[in-house]
Amino acid sequence: MEELTHVVDWSRAQFALTAIYHWLFVPLTLGLGVIIAIMETIFYRTRDEKWLATTKFWMTIFGVNFAIGVATGIILEFEFGTNWSNYSWFVGDIFGAPLAVEGILAFFMESTFIAVMFFGWNRVSPKFHLAATWLTAIGASISALWILVANAWMQDPVGCTFNPETMRNEMTSFWAVATSPMALSKVLHTVLSAWALAGVMVVGVSGWMLLRNRNADHCYRSLKVGAWVGFIGIVLTAISGDTSAVTVAERQPMKLAAMEGLYKGSNGQEIVAFGILNPQKTVDNDEDPYLMKIAIPYGLSILANHDPQSFVPGVNDIIDGISKTPEGKPVNTVSYAERIANGKKAKEAVAAYHVALQKGDNVAKTEAEKVLQDNYKHFGYGYLDNPQEAVPNIPLTFYTFHLMVMVGGYLTAFLFVALVLAYKREWLEKAKWARWWHWLAIATIPLTYLCSACGWIVAEVGRQPWTIQDLMPNKVAISDLSAGYVQVTFWVFAVIFTALLIADISIIMKQISVKSKQDLNTVNH
Amino acid sequence: MNPEKPGTEGANIFKRVFLFYRDGFRSMTVGRTLWAIIAVKLVVFFLILRWLFFPNFLSLQADDDDRKAAYVREQITKR
Repeated sequence: MEELTHVVDWSRAQFALTAIYHWLFVPLTLGLGVIIAIMETIFYRTRDEKWLATTKFWMTIFGVNFAIGVATGIILEFEFGTNWSNYSWFVGDIFGAPLAVEGILAFFMESTFIAVMFFGWNRVSPKFHLAATWLTAIGASISALWILVANAWMQDPVGCTFNPETMRNEMTSFWAVATSPMALSKVLHTVLSAWALAGVMVVGVSGWMLLRNRNADHCYRSLKVGAWVGFIGIVLTAISGDTSAVTVAERQPMKLAAMEGLYKGSNGQEIVAFGILNPQKTVDNDEDPYLMKIAIPYGLSILANHDPQSFVPGVNDIIDGISKTPEGKPVNTVSYAERIANGKKAKEAVAAYHVALQKGDNVAKTEAEKVLQDNYKHFGYGYLDNPQEAVPNIPLTFYTFHLMVMVGGYLTAFLFVALVLAYKREWLEKAKWARWWHWLAIATIPLTYLCSACGWIVAEVGRQPWTIQDLMPNKVAISDLSAGYVQVTFWVFAVIFTALLIADISIIMKQISVKSKQDLNTVNH
Repeated sequence: MNPEKPGTEGANIFKRVFLFYRDGFRSMTVGRTLWAIIAVKLVVFFLILRWLFFPNFLSLQADDDDRKAAYVREQITKR
C-alpha cells in the first residue's frame, strides 16, 4: 500500500512537472499569435512598413517560443500510456477523440500555416500571408480547445456510458463532451488568460526597450496592440472565471470549498478576500479554519450561485450530505458514507459481471449490470477507505486560488494603465516615474506566468483525489509500476525541461537584444 | 498561394512546395538554431525517452484487447 502511495505521488509530481513546464510555452503562443495577426492586419490595411517591421519583430519571439515549446506536450501522452495505463484504458475513446482532433488540427493547421507565416513573405500574396497568420493563431487556439475539452471531461465526465465487458467508457454523445459547461468555461478562461499573458509580455518587453531608449516608435506601436489585447483578455478572463465558479459550484463543490478553506457553509456565505489558514484545522476538529481573514459578506454565495442568500456547502457539509435552500431549509444530498457504500456495490458488480460472463449466466449478468448502472456515478468512491480521502489539499488549493485572484486583480489595473499610457506617450516621456513603470512592466511578466500556473494548480489539485471526477481515483488509475522507476523519469524530465526553458528564455532575450538595436521603423536590414 | 520564384516556373506543385520549404529553411538565421533544438528534442523524446522509459504499459501485459480488458478488470477490482 505504501509503495502504491509512493507511485501515485511520484506519478502526480511527474505529470505536474511536465504539464506546468509545457504550459509555460503554450499561453505565449496562443496570445502572441493573436497580437501578431492584429499587427499584420494593420500593416495590410495601411501598407505602412513600420507595422510590418513591428509584426516581424514579434513574429521572431513567437517563432522561438513555438519552436522550443513544440512537442513538450507529447510527453504527457507518453505518461498516460505508461504511468496511467488503467486510466487510459478506462476512458476509452472519449479522451482519445478530442486528442486525435487536436493532433490533426495542430499538425495540419499550425505546421502548414506557420511555414507560410515565416517563409512566405515574398512568396505568397499579402492577403494569403495575412490569412496564414490568422489561421496559425486560430489553429493554436483550436488545438488548445480540444486539449481542454479532454481535461474538462476528466473534471465532469459527461456523454458516456460504461461497458463492463470491455472495461471502457464509451462515448454516447460527442456533442455533450465537446460542449459541456465545464469545457466551455475552461476553454474561455484558459485561452483568454493567454491573451492577457501575451499582452503583459509585449508591454514588458517594450518597457525594457524604452528603458534603453531603443526604437520608441516601435514600442508605442507594440504597446497599443499588446495593451488592448491584454486588457480585453484579462477582463474576459475575469468574466469567464465567474462562469467557471458557477460550474465548479455545481459539479465540483468540494473543489470550491477547498478554494475557500470552507469547512462549514451557510446561507449568504462570505468570501475570503485574503486569509491565513489555521494549520491545525482538519475535517475532524472544531478549530477555526483561519488564523486571520478579510472577508466580503455574501461574496461566495453570489460567486457560486449568483444569489446572495444561497447556501454554499463546506467540506464537512459535503461529506455529511447537507445542503440548504436559499430560505435556509435543510436538504439532504448523498453523503460520502453513502457514496462509498454505493461505490463498493458498483465495484462488486463489475466482478460479478465478469464471473457471470465467464459462466455464460445471462440472468446474473443482467442483474450485475443493473446494480452497476444504478451505482456507477459513485463508482470511484468504492475505493475510498473513509470520506476524508476525498478531500483535496486545502492549503495548496486555497493559497494558489487566492494568489491567482490577487494577481489577476493587479493585472487588470496594470493593463488598464498600460493601455492609457500607450496613447499618452508624452506622459511617459516626461514623467520621472516612467523608469519605475517600465521596471514594473518587466517584473509583471514572471508574475503573470505565476498567476497562470496557479490557475492550473487550483484546477488540478482542487479535484483530487480524482483522475476522473467521482469515477476513478488516482490510486486506481495508476499502472503497476515501482516508485523508483517513476522517480528516474521525473528527474530526467526535470533536467530536460529546465534546459529547454533556459534555452527558450536565453534565445528570446538574445533576439530581443539584437533586434531592438536594429531600426524597427523599416524592414530593410 | 503562389510560392514561385524565378527558376521554379512550370514546376509541379510538389516541387514548388518542396522548394518553398527548402528556400525558407535556407534563408533562416535564428531559425537554424531552433530547428537544431527541435531535431535534438524530437530524437530525445521519441527515440530515447519513449523507447527506454515509456513503453505502452498495457501492451507489455497483454497482446489483444480482450486480454487488456481482463488485465484492467483485475487491476481495478483487486485494488
